[in-house]
Amino acid sequence: MSTNLSFRAALLSVLLFACFIGIWHLATLPADGGAVSAADAEYAALMGQGAGKAEGFPTPAAVGRTFVHFLSDPFYDNGPNDKGIGIQIAYSLLRVGAGFLLATLVALPLGFLIGMSPLMTRALNPFIQVLKPISPLAWMPLALYVLKDSDVSGIFVIFICSMWPMLLNTAFGVASVRRDWINVARTLEVGPVRKAFRVILPAAAPTILTGMRISMGIAWIVIVAAEMLVGGTGVGYFVWNEWNNLALPNVIFAITMIGLVGMLLDFAFGVLQKMVTYRD
Amino acid sequence: MKDENLYRPYAADVALGRCSCGQHGSQHEHDAEAARARSLRGEKAESLSTDFVEAALVRAIFPQDATRRLFLKAVGANAAMAAIASMMPISDLQAMTLDKAGPLEKKDLTVGFLPITCATPIIFAGAADFYGREGLNVTLQKTAGWAIVRDKVLAKEFDASHMLSPMPLAISLGAGSTAAPMVMPVMENINGNAITLHLKHKNNRDPRNWKGMKFAIPFDYSMHNFLLRHYLAAHGIDPDKDVQLRVMAPPDMVANMRSGNIDGFIVAEPFNQRAVYEKVGFIHLLTSQIWDNHPCCAFAATEDFVNQHPNTFAALVRSIIRATAYVNKAENRKGVAEMIAPANYLNQPQTVVEQVLVGRYADGLGQVLNAPDRIAFDPFPWHSMGVWMLTQMKRWGYIKGEVNYKDIAERVYLATDAKKRMAELGLDAPAQTYRKHMILGKEFDPAQPEAYLKGLPAAA
Repeated sequence: MSTNLSFRAALLSVLLFACFIGIWHLATLPADGGAVSAADAEYAALMGQGAGKAEGFPTPAAVGRTFVHFLSDPFYDNGPNDKGIGIQIAYSLLRVGAGFLLATLVALPLGFLIGMSPLMTRALNPFIQVLKPISPLAWMPLALYVLKDSDVSGIFVIFICSMWPMLLNTAFGVASVRRDWINVARTLEVGPVRKAFRVILPAAAPTILTGMRISMGIAWIVIVAAEMLVGGTGVGYFVWNEWNNLALPNVIFAITMIGLVGMLLDFAFGVLQKMVTYRD
Repeated sequence: MKDENLYRPYAADVALGRCSCGQHGSQHEHDAEAARARSLRGEKAESLSTDFVEAALVRAIFPQDATRRLFLKAVGANAAMAAIASMMPISDLQAMTLDKAGPLEKKDLTVGFLPITCATPIIFAGAADFYGREGLNVTLQKTAGWAIVRDKVLAKEFDASHMLSPMPLAISLGAGSTAAPMVMPVMENINGNAITLHLKHKNNRDPRNWKGMKFAIPFDYSMHNFLLRHYLAAHGIDPDKDVQLRVMAPPDMVANMRSGNIDGFIVAEPFNQRAVYEKVGFIHLLTSQIWDNHPCCAFAATEDFVNQHPNTFAALVRSIIRATAYVNKAENRKGVAEMIAPANYLNQPQTVVEQVLVGRYADGLGQVLNAPDRIAFDPFPWHSMGVWMLTQMKRWGYIKGEVNYKDIAERVYLATDAKKRMAELGLDAPAQTYRKHMILGKEFDPAQPEAYLKGLPAAA
């Protein structure tokens, strides 16, 4: 029954995708080229006619060719401003990884502290509520000025945006560990460190991982925007560089790659989440 | 060391109506050969340094030039040289300064640029490895916008960078930035911009009818902004009230023109040509029609960087001047376009870049036009150009109060330094650093900036 369902779902997905490509293809069919006035040949050449210049929105075939072109050599390196998509994605992942790791190092202990102490919850709550809704990119000018390094600023922006979901989820998870389990631990005279690692952490782990999964999703969204702003390297810079050339097939390619990598990241955290989930 | 010394510290008398050494037919021949020898010594850093030390030493011994001349006349140059050499360790001193002045302080540099044809010399110096010839290893970093360039230069992430020529003035004054002393050793390009209008305005060419239109500019502190404002104001349009000016990145300008969000823009090439290529706009006029040979982009660094790395900076400037001279030659333009069009640099269709650099281009209205001076490259940073920019900053309220035009221009635009570097490469540099400019049919006299400002419409 369940295999039957997933088979039908997959079939429907393929069908939807085919429909999408079909409509796209029909919508971008080249207009009749014969209508070009008999302007002189030099002008036409200067306007790029006959030089394989694509007019209008790119067709699925053109985008397909772009995919083949970029994916056939994802790791080329033609100098500091022209690198393959594989290298660019690696740069972005590195930045996201660094920022995310730093956020984890801060958010988890702090979340524990807040979750275990009602006093700290109340004292820190106003700050968290103010800082949480700030768009991470709004930090960028300030970060650039203070940190004086665009790479570090990018990492800082990732840090600050991954921080809040993790912090709040950790605090919530820790605070809502069942009283029974804490009481049992107390009865058995478990030390505070041991209690934190053997009782509270496993109990709060699913909630914490949910927070991390949300954070990672946000971080991946933000890094693209941050790199478009600061430039240099990364998949965001790749999008900007192709946009600078008004090369839409390349932009579509980059968007798709961003989506795929984001999906893989989410999938990885989904697996982790499953590993720590328990049944009451 | 006597006559070939660039500073000629021992020359007591030369113009006596005959050759002073007796080996030449006339004083003129003698002078010509000595000048050749001197300029050869001037090109080599080593001999330049030793000559300078020797000259400085002699000057230190004889602070009054009249005394020096009397002394040389009395004892003769050869005796004077021997006497001074016996008392002073000239050769040791020369060796010491060579050690100090010779090596580059920093070899691995990061230089920023924006992907526009104004940056051609900076890019070409990298593509053809002119930097390597000076012993530098330069990484050229493409950058997304002028504000980022400013921030990265101030954050010392870039050692030096491509900038709009008003930017070093503005940053030094703290206008639109934290104040930091900047220097601008060379210009990059002159001309090389255009006003592009949406195709729907092809019968609306008179700026007097442009009330209510929306224009995009690349940056507040840009020649583009100043030239467009100047042009509009001269036609009775108040650029602050009658039209909307929006700061935008060049590719966004083309995209916004396509969707009809803006009516026109003024920006560096190749984006005007790109709008034509994309069939969304036409070239209304080249900015050379507003001010022929107007300055546009420049190469700049912080004063700190220059003070800490004088030799590196000199080498960097030399590579750029050399590249500027190369790319300015008409016969090289086609090859240069091919070299800078790929993804690592401009990332533009080659034909678009070529139309800009060669100057034979489609105007967007069905005609092929010829303008070999559409863009040119000239490194000399005229102080008078800086003064004009400052008058415009004051005119539109970017800077307030008394402005010491000459002081600022002279501190930021290193014209004397440029002269020296150009001479080192055997290039002719102008003798003056100020000249009068014709802008929209009105003469600008750099000696009378305030009077010029008063004579303009819509002066703030």
